[in-house]
Amino acid sequence: MNKLFPNVDEAVADIPDGSSIAFGGFFTCGSPIFLTEALARQGAKNLTIVSQTIGVGNWEINLLINNHQVKHAICNYPFARSVSKMSPFEKQLKAGEVSCEVYPMGTFIEKLRAGGAGLGAFYTPTGVGTVVAKGKETRLINGKEYLLEYAYRPDYAFIHAWKADTLGNVIFNKTAQNYNPEMAKSARIAIVEAENVLEPGQMDPNAIHLPGIYVKRVVKVDRPKIKIGIDG
Amino acid sequence: MTTKPKLEGIPREMIALRVANEIPEGSYVNLGIGIPTLISNWIEGRDIIIEAEIGMLNVGAFAEGEQIDQDCINASCQPVVELPGASYFSDCESLSMLRGGFIDYAVLGAFQVSEKGDFAGWNIPGSGRGDTGNIGGSMDLAVGAKNVFIAMDHVTTDGEFKILKNCSYPLTAKGVIKKIFTNLAVIDVTDKGLVLRELAPGISAEDVQAVTEPKLIISADLKEMEM
Repeated sequence: MNKLFPNVDEAVADIPDGSSIAFGGFFTCGSPIFLTEALARQGAKNLTIVSQTIGVGNWEINLLINNHQVKHAICNYPFARSVSKMSPFEKQLKAGEVSCEVYPMGTFIEKLRAGGAGLGAFYTPTGVGTVVAKGKETRLINGKEYLLEYAYRPDYAFIHAWKADTLGNVIFNKTAQNYNPEMAKSARIAIVEAENVLEPGQMDPNAIHLPGIYVKRVVKVDRPKIKIGIDG
Repeated sequence: MTTKPKLEGIPREMIALRVANEIPEGSYVNLGIGIPTLISNWIEGRDIIIEAEIGMLNVGAFAEGEQIDQDCINASCQPVVELPGASYFSDCESLSMLRGGFIDYAVLGAFQVSEKGDFAGWNIPGSGRGDTGNIGGSMDLAVGAKNVFIAMDHVTTDGEFKILKNCSYPLTAKGVIKKIFTNLAVIDVTDKGLVLRELAPGISAEDVQAVTEPKLIISADLKEMEM
């Protein structure tokens, strides 16, 4: 069962227009830069993208935005930190060219976790009494108010890994783990770009963060050169 | 808007120190952006563990030079170092930790705080962003942490009140704030209302009331802030 693809372009070649794609990464950390660049070259349109930030830290997402490949975003932190700086995504949102759903961080990733775990929805206390609760069902459970939030499953997930083997077992490095494991588990087809690709048996089974059953494709990439910071 | 001269009170570093003194040994802590970030300077060497939403426990100081690792940042996208006993985990696990009540103290900044313990810290009306904005992890932290403190300037740079009867900005969470630490005072949020506990040096209860919308209850043991 060899899941290794020769390069990122072949790993994303069959992604059709209208797909939904989750992107791992937290600002500049652990983002699937090479797969995202490949998707910009590939050109699939009308995409729904699921990502914590939309071109803030994960600047490569702006390639997709500027190509007008994105129609909808599901996210947590869509805009530049400063209100005076407008990202390409914010410009398109204001022009009515794209749409956007924003969730609190925990709800955002729990939607994906629930999706991957075969659940339909969950109740969370986060967002009760805020704009996040608008139009959503609430329920008192043991005297406390909770919001109903639905699970979500994207078609694809783009994952950045420190190490992967050709069976798709993955180990992440430090805080580059972030959203990557649950995004991989939620997707029908998870594609892993790994800085190091190893043979089965070369990684400690006790150390695996993401078991290979969740991963359909693996591709070797270089360690990206990253400038840390989100005001760039 | 007020035309009163702005009361100075204590500097931001001293607000951070006052909050740090409120956090007991053996606590797990999450610190927000702004004044809360400065608290980490004052708890170095103490038996307090800092959690970062991105998925890290035992966060150390900001990384410099050779220490900088692009795979080790905090939730504000700043490079950090790990302390002995650090651990890394996914964001999903991290946010479960926050909602699940494992964080003893969350210290956050705010645009506004109400006398009911509501607070607003993620979006300013008139930003042009409507109901869509950078929510981040603050809503999860606010509903989950055992103690949620606010550390902020008492009024805005324009002199507008930030401690109000009701928040007019979009809320982060309702009824969760236990204490407010500002450059002028330490205020407890109680069922009876806001209780003025401590004053910055040179500041009177009347000074604080003059820049606070709700009527303050003056604590019987009102005292000067101890650093």
